[in-house]
Amino acid sequence: MAIVDPARARRAPEPWNDPAAIPYVRIENVVKRFSDFSAVNDISLNIYRGELFALLGGSGSGKTTLLRMLAGFETPSEGRILIDGVDMAGVPPYDRPVNMMFQSYALFPHMNVEQNIAFGLKQDGLPKPQIAERVGAILDMVQMSQFAKRKPHQLSGGQRQRVALARALVKQPKLLLLDEPLAALDKKLREQTQFELMTIQEKVGITFVMVTHDQEEAMTMASRIAVMDRGEIVQVGTPNEIYEYPNSRFVADFIGSVNMYEGRLVEDESDHVVIDSPALGGTVYVDHGVSAAPGANVWLAIRPEKIKVSRTRPAGTHNITRGKVRDIGYLGDVSNYYVTLQSGETMEATLPNLVRLAEPAVLWDEEVWLSWEAENAIVLTS
Amino acid sequence: MARPARAYLSGEESRVVGFAEGLHLRLLQFAPYRGTIALGRRVGITGARFVIAIPYVWLLLFFLTPFLIVLAISFATPTEMVPPFSFTAFADGAINLAEAVGKYLFLFSDSLYVSAYLSSLRIAAISTVLTLLIGYPLAYGIARTSDRWRVPLLMLVILPFWTSFLIRIYAWIGILGETGLLNQVLQGIGLLDRPLSLLGTEWAIFFGIVYAYLPFMVLPLYATLEKMDLSLLEAASDLGARPFRAFLTVTLPLSLPGVLAGCMLVFIPAVGEFVIPDLLGGSETLMIGKVLSDEFFLNRDWPLASAVAVTMLVILVLPIVLFQRLRARQAEGEG
Ligand SMILES: Nc1ncnc2c1ncn2[C@@H]1O[C@H](COP(=O)(O)OP(=O)(O)OP(=O)(O)O)[C@@H](O)[C@H]1O
Ligand SMILES: [Mg+2]
Repeated sequence: MAIVDPARARRAPEPWNDPAAIPYVRIENVVKRFSDFSAVNDISLNIYRGELFALLGGSGSGKTTLLRMLAGFETPSEGRILIDGVDMAGVPPYDRPVNMMFQSYALFPHMNVEQNIAFGLKQDGLPKPQIAERVGAILDMVQMSQFAKRKPHQLSGGQRQRVALARALVKQPKLLLLDEPLAALDKKLREQTQFELMTIQEKVGITFVMVTHDQEEAMTMASRIAVMDRGEIVQVGTPNEIYEYPNSRFVADFIGSVNMYEGRLVEDESDHVVIDSPALGGTVYVDHGVSAAPGANVWLAIRPEKIKVSRTRPAGTHNITRGKVRDIGYLGDVSNYYVTLQSGETMEATLPNLVRLAEPAVLWDEEVWLSWEAENAIVLTS
Repeated sequence: MARPARAYLSGEESRVVGFAEGLHLRLLQFAPYRGTIALGRRVGITGARFVIAIPYVWLLLFFLTPFLIVLAISFATPTEMVPPFSFTAFADGAINLAEAVGKYLFLFSDSLYVSAYLSSLRIAAISTVLTLLIGYPLAYGIARTSDRWRVPLLMLVILPFWTSFLIRIYAWIGILGETGLLNQVLQGIGLLDRPLSLLGTEWAIFFGIVYAYLPFMVLPLYATLEKMDLSLLEAASDLGARPFRAFLTVTLPLSLPGVLAGCMLVFIPAVGEFVIPDLLGGSETLMIGKVLSDEFFLNRDWPLASAVAVTMLVILVLPIVLFQRLRARQAEGEG
């Protein structure tokens, strides 16, 4: 399916859709076992030059382990990793064209901020003035210049994180691995740093692989996202694909909020399907085909912002249900309406607050109709 | 000081303060403690600081008091009575300064004492360096082995303490002698055709000190190396440092507190060591511990022996104090 991601449209062509493009990082059937437990289970991935690739997944899903294998701290139990066409088996971390920002920062406690950042450049034998210049520039960038002489234990969590980021960035590696780079920053600084990272990445052309479990961060920054679960990759795609076309209940549920209902496939055509859903009290018409036989049990996923709320019954026969407003959550920019359907299930609808201090479109305990377009429901078979 | 400042204490300090606070809270259950606290508060000492004060009180009682007695005796005059000194120098309410301080001047004018001090310092310094060179790799190895081996290996380091110190040093006579174990083995494998005469030389003293004090070097080194965050080495490696450079730039500086503690624990007692030079060293090796014991038991000159002891303490304490001050200033300058 051809999807144009508006946020990325200004970007260069999408190499992952170009069969002739050569991936910069190839991960081939990599398995990592700790004694008898597989932290990473048969992962294959291609990452292209200049990408900002996000690994997204819950705690313990193997993101850090995969990153550590790229950096060379863990050896894959099976499979292989190629960076720039070179098999990394047996290449020690200090010989890889890779730098990593550690989840725990791993700042050297006996060195001050400046010395920490200069460490990597010193290993390369750069002349002193050049080191000083690059350290100064990166300190400016992460807004840590006035703390240059402090030791790590004299810094706040967010400041330490910025030093760790600067230390990994200053070497301008071909591949930068970031393990939850922004988790400790407050919202404002996080957004600012996200933007800066993206700017740097576009300017210098470094390939980023970033671990996060903040899906919003992955959505705003990444060229592509790999969603991981229990050591496996469940889906890889652009933020847009992952959000609008999740391939499983896990992904749909993990990214953003979603309404999910069970149903049975009653009509299966190549351009549309009809699903009977007792939970929704009727039939649902979806304008894309699925690979399941009629009669099969499927799941319907509908994003809250795709749902319309009205006091009167909308026209049409499909994709309509009704219920009673149980709760309204006011979030400022939008409000969330939690509606109890006649089947007892809940449906969440998100409506923008277009007018300041206006009465809510509907009130508590009001009977409402909920409807959505045929293109906005997703049928999931797994 | 306000509580949030805790976050900015170094790890070591915050641990001490945290421990003291915990102990303080627990001790509050006991009425006598509460009473003392109330008393302390009136003088301006509170909470955690009070708990920290307890070991100082202990030191004051059991270290400072005997030391003051020794100091006093060093200013006395030797006699033939029991105890073999009298404070005639202080008689008539006036202090006979020449006699009281005379012994100290004598110590520095007599080449026997001066060379005994110097040779003690030299032997202690060499032994400390040798102990460090052997102890560091040992501690490093133990700290980096798997959990399963760590405890047994540490036990092996401590095991010698289970036998009497004296017996272990006597055992070295058997090992180092001309027909001892070492010479037999070396000759047996054909490395030597004539036995080495080690016993009675400085080498025997080095063997003895390194052997006896090795645990005091290994344990503090192990403690610092073991708690080191290994991800720091990964970070160093990631930034391009080969293993040996990572060791020099990260592991070694971070283990310096352990190196210092170990060296102090070996050097200080080694300077005053008496048994090892007496049993293993020959008559020509001069160490201040031996001189001290001779003055005390053979010449029964308690005041002179005390003066020797006090001088030794000053010689050892001064560099430590200066060093501490330097370190404090350095830490301040960096902060
Ligand atoms: N050295 C190790 N020995 C044994 N198990 C390990 C080791 N390292 C990681 N694991 C296990 O592998 C799994 C994946 O860990 P990993 O650190 O990769 O998770 P993660 O996705 O980074 O999680 P988080 O978001 O919490 O950082 C976890 O269950 C973890 O317990
Ligand atoms: Mg992790």
